[in-house]
Amino acid sequence: MAEFLSLQEAVSKHINNGDTVAMEGFTHLIPFAAGHEIIRQEKRDLTLIRMTPDLIYDQMIGAGCAKKLIFSWGGNPGVGSLHRLRDAVEKGWPHQIEILEHSHAAMANAYEAGAAGLPLAVLRGYVGSDLPKVNDQIKFIECPFTGERLAAVPSVRPDVAVIHAQRADRKGNVLIEGIVGIQKEVVLAAKRSIVTVEEIVDDLGASVNACVLPSWAVTAIAEAPKGAAPSYALGYYDRDNAFYKDWDGIARDRDTFQAWLQDNVFEKGAA
Amino acid sequence: MSFEFTSSEMMSVTAARALTNDMTCFVGIGLPSEAANLARLTHAPDVTLIYESGTLQTKPDVLPLSIGDGELCESALTTVSVPEMFRYWLQGGHISVGFLGTAQIDRYANLNTTLIGDYREPKVRLPGGGGAPEIATNAKEVFITVKHSKRTFVKDVDFVTTVGFGRDGKARDNVPNIGRGPTVVITDLCILKPDPETKELVVTSLHPNVTREAVIEATGWEIRFADQLETTPEPTTRELEVLRDLKARTSAHHSSTQSGQQ
Repeated sequence: MAEFLSLQEAVSKHINNGDTVAMEGFTHLIPFAAGHEIIRQEKRDLTLIRMTPDLIYDQMIGAGCAKKLIFSWGGNPGVGSLHRLRDAVEKGWPHQIEILEHSHAAMANAYEAGAAGLPLAVLRGYVGSDLPKVNDQIKFIECPFTGERLAAVPSVRPDVAVIHAQRADRKGNVLIEGIVGIQKEVVLAAKRSIVTVEEIVDDLGASVNACVLPSWAVTAIAEAPKGAAPSYALGYYDRDNAFYKDWDGIARDRDTFQAWLQDNVFEKGAA
Repeated sequence: MSFEFTSSEMMSVTAARALTNDMTCFVGIGLPSEAANLARLTHAPDVTLIYESGTLQTKPDVLPLSIGDGELCESALTTVSVPEMFRYWLQGGHISVGFLGTAQIDRYANLNTTLIGDYREPKVRLPGGGGAPEIATNAKEVFITVKHSKRTFVKDVDFVTTVGFGRDGKARDNVPNIGRGPTVVITDLCILKPDPETKELVVTSLHPNVTREAVIEATGWEIRFADQLETTPEPTTRELEVLRDLKARTSAHHSSTQSGQQ
């Protein structure tokens, strides 16, 4: 059964230095509050996995939490670059990070294979792309039935999955609504999971085919209202597109970024 | 009909016209999204728009800033998981057109959104592949829209993130279960299509008031022009009005939310 913890306790208990951590939420329900708690607790040498690193990993990379990044699209959506990610890759600030990049299709397949307990995912992908030349985790296999050449990537099996969801009930069952991304897959693929939620309620109000994670499939739940801002939680608050645009200016400069981090993350405790 | 318009508007309107009512289009963010929604709001009200965040048959009132804005989900017929989107809907063969933008494109319509320079020591690190590598091969055909400049239109891309026709124009030959690839490239200067034999991009239509010299000047290889070079029809008043309204709504929407502090 999921254990109800404060966000501070959940991160302290379940995320260790050196862990492989996948914090998911495809443009929606991005677990920013948990990311900020990881920054505050100064976790180090993490291998961070996320299809779209987004601002959350830009902040964590800039804060020095990451050793390695596995991703498939590393931009600020509709705005431009992730400047902290670029500074780490191009200039090694605050330190060098290793990167391993995939396509979205391969990452989505790899999460699904992880949830399914398989060692690899097979897809019709990477045809003619240079990505297999720079990522030794992309191989090609021959279909034993048709002979078709298909791409294979290892499944994603993180130590810890971190996601944000709309709500949990008092038993710890979790409801995810809207763009559900790969949240279910990452939780089922991981050894441990932390789910932050907007609120804890008596009744989830889930329809019969809703995306629900049962309490016994989740390790820890922490209440974190507005825990996905500046991304959004459908039914609770909108994406703060203006902040995504402002981030471009904040993250472009190391000093501005560090001042922002001090004011908005270190000096603001966990909810 | 004569009406003042910019080269960007010319590009969006021309790109929109490439879509028809019966298409199922996997839409990239940015210029493709603008063109696809313009098509839906003008001549192709029933075109099916799909975004990689899982939103099927979506009808946003404003253009999304990200590929997964709430607007896309709330106006969609339904929303599926990301693995389902890529596995069942795209790889499963239900997408007729992939509509992509790019940072660099070469003469064989290969796209680079990964980096400029050397992979291990990049001069400029770009966002990466995202959905494009598989959209380009699993959709039945691909439309590309991008602004024309020498920096963007290069002879050979620094990195093939997403295949057009490969370094030699033959990357799709004898590959089973692969789409036709790029069939049209729409820029702010012209329309290009791959030569049926060599697959090299050839200018087939010049936008109004654009000269051959302007295209040559903005292209990083010796660009060829079709024997029957056409002139792209101007935008209509209605197309321009709908496009300007859409952009104004979008701009107001994205600057109106609370800002600054998280």
